Amino acid sequence: MLDLNQEYFEKITYRDALRLAMHDAMKEDNKIIIMGEDVAKYGGAYGATKDLLKLFGKERIIDTPISEPAIVGAAIGAAMSGLRPIAELMYVDFFGMSMDQIGNQLAKIRYMFGGQIEAPVVLRTQGGTGRSGGAQHSQSLESWIMHIPGLFLTMPSNPNDAYHLLRHALKINNPTIFIEHKLLYNSTGSLDKNKSDDIFGKAKIKKIGSDLSIISYSRMTNFAKLAAEELLKHNINAEVIDLRTLNPLDRDTIIKSVNKTKRALVLSESYYTSSVPSEITSIIFEHCYKNLIKPVVRYTGEDTPVPVAPNLEKNYVPTVEKIVEYSKKLCLSNQ
Amino acid sequence: MFLIYFLLYKNIILMSNSNTLLPELYSTMKRIRTFEERVSELFIKGETAGSMLHLSIGEELGATCVGRAMQEKDTFTTNHRGHGIFISKGGDPNRMMAEIAGKKDGYCKGKGGSMHIADMKLGHLGANAIVGGGIPIVIGAAMSYKYLKEERVSVAFFGDGAMQQGILYESMNMASLWKLPVVFCCINNQYGMGTKIDDAVGVKQFSKRAESFGLNTLHINDLDVENAYYKSKEIIDLARKKQPGFIEIECYRFFGHARMDKSPYRDDEEELEMRKKDPILYASSLMEKNNILDKSEIESIDRKISDEMDKAMDFAINSPINDKSEIFKDVYSEEDPAPISVDERINKILSL
Repeated sequence: MLDLNQEYFEKITYRDALRLAMHDAMKEDNKIIIMGEDVAKYGGAYGATKDLLKLFGKERIIDTPISEPAIVGAAIGAAMSGLRPIAELMYVDFFGMSMDQIGNQLAKIRYMFGGQIEAPVVLRTQGGTGRSGGAQHSQSLESWIMHIPGLFLTMPSNPNDAYHLLRHALKINNPTIFIEHKLLYNSTGSLDKNKSDDIFGKAKIKKIGSDLSIISYSRMTNFAKLAAEELLKHNINAEVIDLRTLNPLDRDTIIKSVNKTKRALVLSESYYTSSVPSEITSIIFEHCYKNLIKPVVRYTGEDTPVPVAPNLEKNYVPTVEKIVEYSKKLCLSNQ
Repeated sequence: MFLIYFLLYKNIILMSNSNTLLPELYSTMKRIRTFEERVSELFIKGETAGSMLHLSIGEELGATCVGRAMQEKDTFTTNHRGHGIFISKGGDPNRMMAEIAGKKDGYCKGKGGSMHIADMKLGHLGANAIVGGGIPIVIGAAMSYKYLKEERVSVAFFGDGAMQQGILYESMNMASLWKLPVVFCCINNQYGMGTKIDDAVGVKQFSKRAESFGLNTLHINDLDVENAYYKSKEIIDLARKKQPGFIEIECYRFFGHARMDKSPYRDDEEELEMRKKDPILYASSLMEKNNILDKSEIESIDRKISDEMDKAMDFAINSPINDKSEIFKDVYSEEDPAPISVDERINKILSL
């Protein structure tokens, strides 16, 4: 059983880190409510809000009907009227139903009304492959959000970041889309509650390297780390960057790294075309073109819907072996 | 398909000495349940594609009575809990099970899985993993039948969860406005995932909502499948005359939402009590009581069904997996180029 009052955890799951972040924030700020499908009694489809109902009651932990557009819209209204709602959409794929409220309403409230009001909604969801969820339950749709001005976007890769990014999102006055990964909930790492270094909008260099920059976020950061370890055996020293937030985006860290390593592989689970890696690649080209030895490589999921068959799904997204293979090819040139 | 079904179960259909449909309806319900039990077994064996498998055990009556009331040329969409509806409409358990296993012989080549089983030849316009996602599709199907002067009905099957989706009401209005041959069929199993219906709606009388759109309505809340069939048929027949309808069938989801759900949100007493609302037990006892079939005849039906579904499970296990190239097929039409794999793109870039 998790001790909610503990300050430091040597080992905590991503799920519990999120739960703890919501718990701690709700204790500090009684304006925070949580609303979404099965967030209360069920404790969230992936258990991130487990037991919060017992601790905070049904006034603050609210099970909603299966009405995605209205969940987001109601959260916007609540945020405009004095509350600080955390809305949960069970799968990022369900953004399809709520995109008007997310893209046309939430993102634009402050601007359209000339800065009169803000809508500090935190919209939690999860995405990604790994459970044979198929075409409508496995997507990585972060580029939909990143494309729209007005929405902060964060995709943590580990428990410590998940905790601090969520805590930060619950303090700022911008709407934040918080996308978790379905295969990370059981992953573990340490958490130091007090070490709240300024991580929102700051990429993290997970491993310093000199030969190439592997830039990623969410679950793929862990793939990048594994690939980097393997690459060391081949005398390739890769730098691994975890972007953590996609808006704000830490361009400086990306640019500095690639100007140093002169080679870049941008990694994501999303579709290839018009993806977050497409954007990162443009930034690298704009700012590092004189230093680049090789073209920037975007390594992503395929430009097809996600297949359900486990063998197809596994081959659909990047693998550690292929990251290693492409990195080696990128580093072949000795220029 | 119906011919195969008839040959397989003709003795069931013929053995009844009266003109009752009960033996046939019973065997459909039993086939649905046994299929779902085998899906569960397949999952335990680790042979399914993931755990997002939504069983319709306890909900067999709705699928059976409405499926039987539809004609062969009629079409339908289902929600994510659609195995039973498709079996009732003639789905081949082998190919369904193979799809659930994510195998090559599945209805969608193992690319859709349990939540997307479909067979256009049998009028199945698709199972859907988005709550309410399949509902407006029957509107378009019905528009097409009306325009093409085909006497077909399209039925949207969904759960009580979808009753809270705006798209249902947009669709009901269109059905009413354009007098379309559609039926909205809500299989109300009392739970939207882990949320009980009482915690999801202010007013539970769903028929009233449909009535306000001018639809013919039917509310079934008992275990008599034959009676439910006749009542459903009236609604479907009226829809064929361009009078759209709404059917709600109340039942109980005997098990959790998907395979990983142990139902912590409801207590054992409730489950034990509600599982007494078993349409299959009710039908078998009714057949015995009314001397339609005796116990040994019913057992013989059950054994046949059990064998059929065992074979479906074996079929799925033995079906081959797809080659990786299958990922890129079916995104666009065959005449157009398939998406280029990321591997090919990267290797091209790196060879520059």
